[in-house]
Amino acid sequence: MQLRKNIATSESGFIFNPATGDSFSANPLASEIITLLKQGLSASEIKKNIQEKYDVENGQLEKDWDDFLLQLRDANLLDN
Amino acid sequence: MNTNNKLVVAVTGLNAIDSPGPGIAVIRALRDEFKENIRIIGLSYETLEPGIYLHDVVDKTYQIPYPSAGAEALISRIRYIHEKENLAVIIPNFDAELYNFIKLQSTFRTLGIQTFLPTQEQFDARDKINLYNFGKKYDLLVPKDKIIYHVGELNSCAEELNFPLVVKGKFYDAIIAHTLEQAQKAFYKLSAKWGYPIIVQEFITGTEINIAVLGDGKGNATSVIPMRKLYITDKGKAWAGITLEDEKLINLAKSFVAATNWKGGCELEIMMTLEGKLFIMEINPRFPAWIYLSAAAGQNQPATLVKLALGETVEPFTNYEVGKIFIRYSWDHITDVSEFQKISAFGEL
Amino acid sequence: MSKLRYERPVIQKMNAGLMNKFGTRTEYEPVKQIDGVSVASMIKEYGSPLFVMSERTIRKTYKDAVRAFKTRYPKVQFAWSYKTNYINAICNVFHQEGSWAEVVSGFEYNKALGNGVPGNKIIFNGPEKTNEELLLAIKNDSLIHIDHFDELYQLIEICEQTEKKPRVAIRVNMDTGVYPIWDRFGFNYENGSAWNALTKIVASGKLQLTGLHCHIGTYMLSSDAYSVAVNKLSDLAFKCKSQLNVTIQYLDLGGGFPSSNTLRGAYLPASDTNPSIDDFAEAITNAILNAGFRTDELPLLVLETGRALIDEAGYLLGSVLANKRLSDGRRATIMDFGVNILFTSFWYEHKISPAQDFTHHTEDMVLYGPLCMNIDMVRESVNLPLLNRGDQVVVHRVGAYNMTQWMQFIQMRPNVVLIDESGKTHLIRKAEDLKYIEQLEEMPQHLSSISL
Repeated sequence: MQLRKNIATSESGFIFNPATGDSFSANPLASEIITLLKQGLSASEIKKNIQEKYDVENGQLEKDWDDFLLQLRDANLLDN
Repeated sequence: MNTNNKLVVAVTGLNAIDSPGPGIAVIRALRDEFKENIRIIGLSYETLEPGIYLHDVVDKTYQIPYPSAGAEALISRIRYIHEKENLAVIIPNFDAELYNFIKLQSTFRTLGIQTFLPTQEQFDARDKINLYNFGKKYDLLVPKDKIIYHVGELNSCAEELNFPLVVKGKFYDAIIAHTLEQAQKAFYKLSAKWGYPIIVQEFITGTEINIAVLGDGKGNATSVIPMRKLYITDKGKAWAGITLEDEKLINLAKSFVAATNWKGGCELEIMMTLEGKLFIMEINPRFPAWIYLSAAAGQNQPATLVKLALGETVEPFTNYEVGKIFIRYSWDHITDVSEFQKISAFGEL
Repeated sequence: MSKLRYERPVIQKMNAGLMNKFGTRTEYEPVKQIDGVSVASMIKEYGSPLFVMSERTIRKTYKDAVRAFKTRYPKVQFAWSYKTNYINAICNVFHQEGSWAEVVSGFEYNKALGNGVPGNKIIFNGPEKTNEELLLAIKNDSLIHIDHFDELYQLIEICEQTEKKPRVAIRVNMDTGVYPIWDRFGFNYENGSAWNALTKIVASGKLQLTGLHCHIGTYMLSSDAYSVAVNKLSDLAFKCKSQLNVTIQYLDLGGGFPSSNTLRGAYLPASDTNPSIDDFAEAITNAILNAGFRTDELPLLVLETGRALIDEAGYLLGSVLANKRLSDGRRATIMDFGVNILFTSFWYEHKISPAQDFTHHTEDMVLYGPLCMNIDMVRESVNLPLLNRGDQVVVHRVGAYNMTQWMQFIQMRPNVVLIDESGKTHLIRKAEDLKYIEQLEEMPQHLSSISL
């Protein structure tokens, strides 16, 4: 899983996809994940990161992670 | 930025697109009159209303909740805006939002915000659904119509009103039907979009004339500007129009205001038949999109409305320039995605 | 170091059109308690889903309605519409407040008797009344509202065998300028059927013509229609006086006042557009006062208002069972309540509030119920904060019709709790269980055993 190249993110949580012209707003965790993805971290590294920082159970995070991938795919932000 | 001495006026209808809202025209008229002494606050519903991005037209824009969110949501948003901007006057420009603004008039007043709007009774009486009774009551000529809820009722409409018929939606849209089949299609289409009832109106042919009217709420027409469209777009909107001189049209507008005590701006859509009869086809309870023509012709209706709203006494206008033409043009304004993102996410720009 | 509060990651496309939130502002407030009792504690004690009725709201709504009418007209009587909510505890709140009973079946009639309502304070409406039921109503001196000619003849026939002369009214239907005309109930005014029925009643010599009844529709959004109805009923009353020499003692205007639920497909919220009880009171009482009755012959005004008196007082508490994403990318949330117990979601856009804190991020979603049936959809599109499995929600204004029209379908019906005025909760209808559902079933001997 890889984020499309050139996805632009701003500090206020905006995402801009230059390939399609779409803009998205992200909540803080979504922003954080996208930043980490852009830095090239793997899925498992990011999830580990989140679990250390936030109060969330593994099962919940797994479900939400899968759902988030669906959202990214739906938004045309993934590379495959 | 020192905005203390400026008159702050909030305006809706910033959608100056191919079927434009009146907001930008209203603002232009206000700027003509008040020059640098005015600060314009735009109130927008959608994120791509052009006025949001025209920073020399609108000083600052706030998004407001859709009318369907209700009066409570609107007032809480206006309170927030008022705290920041100290609004003096609000001019709403959409039919669909007027219900809430009229309802909230007195609340606005207690906040120190003035409006100059028709009463709920005036607003309801000129509603498409009530127009026929309205005409009967005030002895104004209006087309015959029938209010229907069921497609089967089209038969009796056709018998009474004859084809072609004009089939109209509750809020917007009108379709001319020449056959029962077309009428049925129109019925389904319009009821799906706007709900019930559907208005079926007698088809009147003639020359279409529009009159921009400003009533003072005491029975006087402060300003009356009749205009004929010279050319229309494929959506039937004015492309260009010209001011007319015709005592009959002005008298009709005056008698409408005298009969109803209309308060605020409105547009009378008139059909002049070959025999010279003047039918009122529709009464729009706010300024039309071509309202800048009133300023250009010498009767600045938006600026006058602001003065009336602020309690000034304004004598009715008597003169205007006949033969003034407006030609509408479009312009591709350039902005950056960051502006779009800001208004989308924060509701302010 | 304590960990940060977690909220699942979401992105939302910025649309050119339908965005309608303003940064950190949202139109939602969590509803964590009802009349001071916490939602979480009620769910813990009584389970989820759970219907909760507020006695305080019922009494206040009732008193407001009575005040609206009595300050305008001297003789007013409310009769509680049993079909709207006939849980006995609820009925008795109304009866304690002074309301009579309005019933539309023998079942409801007996419920009212069982609650201790005197027979002469029960109004018996509806198209179906058996001989036994009519005899009982006659014996109890109840007010029988005749719906059709067959019933009129049925009643006259029964009276051949009794000494008693029952008090009767007819239900009248009419054109009040609203659509649709409810002409399936009662006798039509315009075509003369109503007058015909009245003359037959008097001519029979077996019945006491006492009142006139109408019920012009449901969820009426115009108070003017009631003025028209009063005028037509009054016209009949005057004709009864002048031509039949009968003084009509009461006009029953039925019900039909809306609550502040927003109808599906309505553009503006109902709380802004629906007429208030005062608007209806003004229209109805003005019309009677101006109809031309002599002061000493002003009829009693009877009202059978149901929905407007009880909807607001009812809440449905529920929990999120699951979240999923549909094929078109929309979010779907599955609740533990559906159209089986929230029947009114077929015609209302019910207001739904989360029962716990949330951030300002929201998502458009479809709300489904738990049934394995495609029709089970509570809201087609609603913008709500991010809900997780186990989160609780409060559905507002569910007091009318849900606890009578609910279905035992796939799932069983849940507990119903009343919060009294001191904030104490009382179970007023127990959740169903398998034994309750099966107690009426019988098993033929040859089917009693299976082996798989």
